[in-house]
Amino acid sequence: MDYMKETIDSLHKKLSDKELTAEELTKQTLTEINAKEDKLNTFITVNDKAVDDAKKIDADGIKGPLSGIPIAIKDNIVTNGIKTTAASKILYNFMPVYNATVMDKLDKAGAIDIGKTNLDEFAMGSSTETSHFGTSVNPWDFSRVPGGSSGGSAAAVASGQVVAALGTDTGGSIRQPAAFNGIFGIKPTYGRVSRWGVIAFASSLDQVGVMTKRVEDSASVLSVIAGHDDHDATSSEKEVPDYRANLNKDMTGVKIAVPKEFWQEGTHQDVLDNINKALESYKKMGATVEEVSLPTLKHAVEVYYVLASSEASSNLQRYDGVRYGYRAKDVKNINDLFVNSRSEGFGSEVKRRIMLGTFALSAGAYDAYFKKAAEVRTIFIKEMTNVLKDYDLIMGPSTTTPAFKIGEKVDDPLAMYMNDILTIPANLAGLPAASVPAGLAEGLPVGLQIIGKPFAEQSVLNAAFALQEENKFYEQIPTALKGED
Amino acid sequence: MISKDEILHVAKLANLKLQDDEVDDFVSQLGKIVNMEDNLASVDTTGVEPTYNMGDTQTVFREDKGIHTQTREQMLENVPETDNNLIKVPTIVDKEDDE
Repeated sequence: MDYMKETIDSLHKKLSDKELTAEELTKQTLTEINAKEDKLNTFITVNDKAVDDAKKIDADGIKGPLSGIPIAIKDNIVTNGIKTTAASKILYNFMPVYNATVMDKLDKAGAIDIGKTNLDEFAMGSSTETSHFGTSVNPWDFSRVPGGSSGGSAAAVASGQVVAALGTDTGGSIRQPAAFNGIFGIKPTYGRVSRWGVIAFASSLDQVGVMTKRVEDSASVLSVIAGHDDHDATSSEKEVPDYRANLNKDMTGVKIAVPKEFWQEGTHQDVLDNINKALESYKKMGATVEEVSLPTLKHAVEVYYVLASSEASSNLQRYDGVRYGYRAKDVKNINDLFVNSRSEGFGSEVKRRIMLGTFALSAGAYDAYFKKAAEVRTIFIKEMTNVLKDYDLIMGPSTTTPAFKIGEKVDDPLAMYMNDILTIPANLAGLPAASVPAGLAEGLPVGLQIIGKPFAEQSVLNAAFALQEENKFYEQIPTALKGED
Repeated sequence: MISKDEILHVAKLANLKLQDDEVDDFVSQLGKIVNMEDNLASVDTTGVEPTYNMGDTQTVFREDKGIHTQTREQMLENVPETDNNLIKVPTIVDKEDDE
């Protein structure tokens, strides 16, 4: 199966016309995964029941657009009967007894869970280097990171192991790896997709999204996974549109805001050149592009790391070695069991976030850090909302640089955190945001970020689709894969 | 700046035990991160309400009715140690004094 050429639509047609069975497609996908896995390390677990699942789909008959399509799932989304680790030693053996709501929805649509992709431990990181199961690599340059935290999902799509993957995005974990791998990735509005069964990192920021080479494929998957869920009180009751059917590339009269601060945060010139070129394309398509200001952007990283770490320190209290996961040996009492299981089970980045969050929430620090950051968040949300009163979309680079080298930033937490400055705004404000390939900088992909109004996923998808149809970036084969075959 | 004593205090609150070299790393790394966070003080937030959660729904009402999900056996499947269909843990009352 050549996923470099196929789309969900083209595969659906072949399956419907019986040119191909779901079983054959699944077996070919597994062959594709196995052929590239030694090099890329994108999967933590491959689903050994996938072929059986596909046979059932064939027996029942191909129905909706995702019926019989293998999809990769980030390993912080719980999957009934398939090991789910969040790339942490503390969950190295965790076998869920229920499905995340997004998995139930994919199951119902007939999609095949082909396996679980690598990530930074508990999605805390921008490179997959904090994974307990080793770093994934970038298919454009094997010496570089695929980004993170959804780096496994991104590299699996970019390398043609799968046509689509689910990711999660708390501070840019879908958009940054999408940009680094030259693929499309969308983080929907907070509340658009249920978080039930998604291993919690920061509950006021986390959101599940989709990563694919083509915009239209993400549109198809998003319509399936979105919608209200009784298990998640923050999920919206708003109706879910058919994003795929409504997809169009008409940019006439679309008002695009460009925050000048996105051009000032140490963003590399060759990244900006690609973004400027994309903005020129939009102008030619009939959109207007105007500069705006987000003065509080300079505090976004500060706000994010206090709030995300505080929520994480609370969410990760549940890992205590009692009911599931890693349990420390040779302990004398229950307190040692808690402390030793956590100290041996969590990696250093996760401990760092728990420590920062616990500090920010502790007596004496709470007002100056946690409450203060939550107040500055309010100011920042207002700035974003005000811009979106006058404009349809906010655009800028997804990242300040193309993919960095493995090992380059792993020992410098602050440099790693600053890396997220351009993606954090959409999470703080709960807005839908995507990254779409804009071009290459010194042979490495650059992503254009598109941020929309709340629940305006369609506008974000449409704008991305317009650029995709203009630059046809999906035709490019990742450099490091050339000559591999 | 963040002191070694503060790091040890926070680690205790977080139920984490740090090795000596980890303590030194945290003093330096968390010190730098907290210094960055101190920039927040420069933002005037007088009269600004904090945003602690998101979502467009304020309160959700539902009937107070039990829903059956997993069975007892399923819920015990991931427990590291069980005894008689119960979760087994080490002694809760510290017996070291009696030994």
